[in-house]
Amino acid sequence: MAIPADLRYLESHEWVRENDDGTLTVGITEFAQEQLGDVVFVETPEIDLECEAQQPIAVVESVKAASDIYSPVAGKIVDTNAALGDTPELVNTSPYEDGWLYKIQPNDGTEYDTLMDAEGYESIVSSQN
Amino acid sequence: MSENASESAHRTPLYKNHVARGARMMPFGGWMLPVNFGSQVEEHHACRNTAAMFDVSHMTIVDLKGAADASIPSTTNRDFLRKLLCNDVEKLTGKGDALYTCMLQPDGGVIDDLIVYWRGGDDYRLILNAATREKDLQWIEQCLDAAGDQPELQLRDDLALIAVQGPLALQRFSDVVEQTDLAERLDQDSFNVNAIRRFGSSESGDWFIGRTGYTGEDGIEVALPEDNVAVLWDALHDAGVQPAGLGARDTLRLESAMNLYGSDMDESVNPYESGIGWCVDMTDDSREFIGRTALQTDQQPQGFDRQMIGIVLNDRGVLRGGQTILVNQQEVGVVTSGSFSPTLEKSIALARVSLAACNVRSATELLDQNCQVIIRGKPLDARFVRRPFYRKRS
Repeated sequence: MAIPADLRYLESHEWVRENDDGTLTVGITEFAQEQLGDVVFVETPEIDLECEAQQPIAVVESVKAASDIYSPVAGKIVDTNAALGDTPELVNTSPYEDGWLYKIQPNDGTEYDTLMDAEGYESIVSSQN
Repeated sequence: MSENASESAHRTPLYKNHVARGARMMPFGGWMLPVNFGSQVEEHHACRNTAAMFDVSHMTIVDLKGAADASIPSTTNRDFLRKLLCNDVEKLTGKGDALYTCMLQPDGGVIDDLIVYWRGGDDYRLILNAATREKDLQWIEQCLDAAGDQPELQLRDDLALIAVQGPLALQRFSDVVEQTDLAERLDQDSFNVNAIRRFGSSESGDWFIGRTGYTGEDGIEVALPEDNVAVLWDALHDAGVQPAGLGARDTLRLESAMNLYGSDMDESVNPYESGIGWCVDMTDDSREFIGRTALQTDQQPQGFDRQMIGIVLNDRGVLRGGQTILVNQQEVGVVTSGSFSPTLEKSIALARVSLAACNVRSATELLDQNCQVIIRGKPLDARFVRRPFYRKRS
């Protein structure tokens, strides 16, 4: 499966996209949604929630199990994907686009560059596949 | 998933077949089994609307064979099963009839739930859970030692087992038997599945078809020699039967409120506390089945404070086993198994509550009452409902 080269990743299978306004959009990868199976509920974080890096701040529930979603960096939640309320399956059908979970404003704008790149994530996926 | 668990796990005769069809495999009860073949929800709907098939070869099949010379009437196995099982095999009056029952500890705790088929004479077949296999076999052996006569146990690890379930299951199976050379191996009369009673069975050689299942739909479970199973599976697939995994099996059985051993019940609870008091048969006063004394309270079945009930979540979220249930801010019980119901499109669960804590005298009084379930620290609104959550049309 293709792993988008323009994104950064967490070991826990979140992807992170840097937006022009400096915020970061976070979702789960194709690999993660396949592992989870049919997603039936997403608990997104509260807007304005302040969090540390690697903090569980959202939950994706499939028919099979609940899975914690971690913050990639320290920062403040500025937006969440309202469409997931009625159509949580967007996480399955469009994990990198319509199925995004939340946007975070990082405390430190340079932290994004320290996150794992596509190549690093690819080696994690192949070791787990 | 632990690497060791997957490497040491047994493989069913269909393992390669599943992998080739893109199944996601996982270890379950010591076996590598398919969780889904793509979408658990689609597999669930296929079973409710058309037909789905499940590889359940991991389950334990045990035969109790009667005397080789059938002209010698013997009741050794029947007598043994009347003591071992809480339901009464005496009810099995038609050859092939099946019965749902439990094996109980002397204190009434559930060792396992199982289906027993009567195959005529003194011949019986038990189908037990896979995860409890060693414990079950030890218990049966132990009870055999205590029995006077010695029934002969035969483990049928040589048989594969598949379930074909759904409104079109019987039709599709009949088509396949007619259109493939499978028919030549079989005695046709035995394989007219439409003629098999609900909760009955039929057999021919080592092929055995029970009109039983774990989905709440009409359907059959077919035990057959390992060498034959791939041919049947592929033929059913070509006939449009959807392969389905453990994931769909779980949501199907949950909607139909059928207990999952190890989640909804175990040795710490008895059948009355597990919503299956109907499989305890006290009719024959002289039948001293194991566990009877403990269950025979003067006020049963309502005499047991803990009772099973259904829960539907009103809020968004997913009910899961282990979550705490509140009524009027008081803890009253726990979710034993829950998931998202693809048919109802909301989260449902089986739960065990204390009648005293709810301040009621029977679970019926709780129906349609509101409660709350604590999910990740937050109390969410839910309500008690009658089981099952789903009943098939006609």
